[in-house]
Amino acid sequence: MTTVVTTTAPVLEVAGVTKRFPGTLALDDVSFALRPGEVHALVGENGAGKSTLIKVLTGVYQADEGEVRHLGEPVTFKRPIEAQQAGISTIYQEVNLVPLMSIASNVFLGREPRTRAGLVDWSTMNSQARELLAGYGIHDDVRRPLHTLGVGAQQMVALARAVSTDAKVVIMDEPTSSLEPREVETLFEVLNRLHASGIAIVYVSHRMDELYRVCDSVTVLRDGRVVHSGPLAGLPRIELVSLMLGREIRQIREEGVTAFGEEHEVEKEPLLKAENLSGARRLHDVSVSIRPGEVVGLAGLLGSGRSETARAIVGAFPLDGGSVLLAGKPLKRGRIAAAVRAGIALLAEDRKADGIIPNLSVRENIVLAALPRLSPFGLIRKSKQDQIVRIFMERLRIKAASPDQKVSELSGGNQQKVLLARWLATGPKILLLDEPTRGIDVGAKAEVQALIDELAQEGLGVLLISSELEELIDGADRVVVLRDGGVVGELSGDAITEENVLAAIAAEGDNDV
Amino acid sequence: MSSVTLTRNRAWLQEYGVYLAVAVLVLFNVVFTENFLSAANFRTQLVQAAPVCVVALGMALVIGTEGIDLSVGSVMSVAAALIPLYLGAGPLTAVIVAVIAGLVSGLFSGFLVAHLGIQPIIATLALLVGGRGIALVIAHGQLVQLHNPDFLALGTGDVLGVPIMVLVAGVLAVLTGFLVQRTTFGRQLVAIGGNRAASTLAGLPVKRVLVGVYVISGALAAVAGILATARLGASDPNDLGLLMELSAITAVVVGGTPLTGGRVRVLGTVFGALLMQLVNATLIKHDLPASAAQMVQAAIIVAAVYVARERSSR
Repeated sequence: MTTVVTTTAPVLEVAGVTKRFPGTLALDDVSFALRPGEVHALVGENGAGKSTLIKVLTGVYQADEGEVRHLGEPVTFKRPIEAQQAGISTIYQEVNLVPLMSIASNVFLGREPRTRAGLVDWSTMNSQARELLAGYGIHDDVRRPLHTLGVGAQQMVALARAVSTDAKVVIMDEPTSSLEPREVETLFEVLNRLHASGIAIVYVSHRMDELYRVCDSVTVLRDGRVVHSGPLAGLPRIELVSLMLGREIRQIREEGVTAFGEEHEVEKEPLLKAENLSGARRLHDVSVSIRPGEVVGLAGLLGSGRSETARAIVGAFPLDGGSVLLAGKPLKRGRIAAAVRAGIALLAEDRKADGIIPNLSVRENIVLAALPRLSPFGLIRKSKQDQIVRIFMERLRIKAASPDQKVSELSGGNQQKVLLARWLATGPKILLLDEPTRGIDVGAKAEVQALIDELAQEGLGVLLISSELEELIDGADRVVVLRDGGVVGELSGDAITEENVLAAIAAEGDNDV
Repeated sequence: MSSVTLTRNRAWLQEYGVYLAVAVLVLFNVVFTENFLSAANFRTQLVQAAPVCVVALGMALVIGTEGIDLSVGSVMSVAAALIPLYLGAGPLTAVIVAVIAGLVSGLFSGFLVAHLGIQPIIATLALLVGGRGIALVIAHGQLVQLHNPDFLALGTGDVLGVPIMVLVAGVLAVLTGFLVQRTTFGRQLVAIGGNRAASTLAGLPVKRVLVGVYVISGALAAVAGILATARLGASDPNDLGLLMELSAITAVVVGGTPLTGGRVRVLGTVFGALLMQLVNATLIKHDLPASAAQMVQAAIIVAAVYVARERSSR
């Protein structure tokens, strides 16, 4: 994007803000200024303080020290609504809308156009919503309930809603994490428009490409402190990563972008064979096999059936046809417990909804799936349990105050490690990993990638689903490409390149539905 | 007070509030109520709290799975109705038959909830309405005086100076605590209440655990029905266990178990039952009408839910 005049006064500013939580210093003397028409990247590992800073800006938390200035005036937003009224809107990773209400109602929630009698003016509301959303690439019937849209489109609705409330500042927390490339393009167009109209944007993302494409300036947080703040252009990528990680640049160069190693020794006979999986109009004759020691990548766009395939293998997706064989033995369809017992583990995509048990401790989350094995006659053996927990907390370097800490208090990366530990504790033969590194910090990401490598070397069969091409290209021994619920290509060895994968995804298919 | 300390105080209150409240009430009564410190009075209080306590233990487990069991009062009345029919074959037979009736009731609710996916409040409402009907059919709507001394001893007898009812409630509380803390079943039920989708994907036997929880609740309600009948000396399917579901839910909630599931506090539940009993006793001893007790109970429930609010929303 074009450079903007940065001499204008900041629209939103924090000065010397400190925020403490029991046991942690989340923000330590943080200062940060946002000018009109600026797209400002806010980056840092998980636990660096990004979320806390956003919550201070939006009135969810109040600073312990320091001040927040809005248009030069010190303000205290006591609750989110006050920040919203001041023109600060936030788009969260998880869409915060009402799924069962219509798309139009969601856009105008709380400020519906009224008729003279004071009733909701549906026709005006619907036509305004239709017009507004067209600018965001959404051409669906606005009277449909919101949940009938895909996650990406829902996020666009949230964005449209935010901007149409006369926002002067829009904070976006990983806006592209659930968008398809086409939707990402639309989002960038919208960003351009906002930028041109003088709206300031705080852009939180882990994706380097995006940052360099859309952001003017960057603030890097690490351990609750600002370690760098300035224009983004001219800051080499490798330096940005090293600022975030606090590691030496040289070291990163040597280690490469991902933490995957060389290819693995793979046995010939498949351990798991999923054949002709079909169901719910979202999977059509998908066949995937995984050999011991092999990392099979599943590539494809959102909605191509990647997650559905993984879920179908463990029995968590209703199938009309197809079979799953583990070591030659068929698994009963739809019996998750049986699949888990047989040694298949699914690390689900949605950590919060399908992964952690928020109010249980780290210990209890780790042993959850392995509990029956650790417990003769259903009685828990504490020493055995604690030993397992200790082993995996050490091996995966899970950062928690103690095993008794609630898992919901951990950072995203550590929560993901807890979930990996939960599955590894069951001693699985097949690991199905659905976006294992999404939304976690760079350091944890590298650790998870290295772990996947290590597990494959130990002889586990791994199915790796990832939206990040480089992760698949570096990590997988073989890549199966899905489109519209069907397999459209398979690449292995040196044929696994970015161009080939993209070509397979984008090729004109004859099995389109 | 900053919001952090407020939250922390609330968390403390949810954790320990029920013990504090019981302690305060006991102190109040020691000072202001005549004969409160007598052994006889202590016995009375504990014996009266026992049936609610037993029912509340099962209720706490059900609530831990994010469910609710409205059928407990009716299950008590079914148990009561069955006792005179089988007392001829000996008290043990009568007790076993009544407990089996409770198990079957729980199996029914559990099946509706776990296998048919009916919401717990509706599934158990069916048995709340139907159960008492069944009880009245069994008993022909009659109150029956009981004379079997062995059976009546359950309600009035002692072992080593401890009333049998209190002993039964105590043992069941310890067993429930053990179940929750130290068995896979207990940990799984808490996990299911905390995040059912994740528990399913982790391969937990979700349906089996849910059925199990309602079966236990049904059985405990039957035990409470047996104890209450023995103490009354009569089988009274019309009135026994009326509004028991509400008393039990109150004990559970006041004891710090959130209605949103994912947590079970057994000792808190026991003290919740004691607290409600003490509130009643205190007001009655000071010549206040029963309606006053109801209003105080309402206030306590609101306070307990308020204290729990912040934590469950996290």
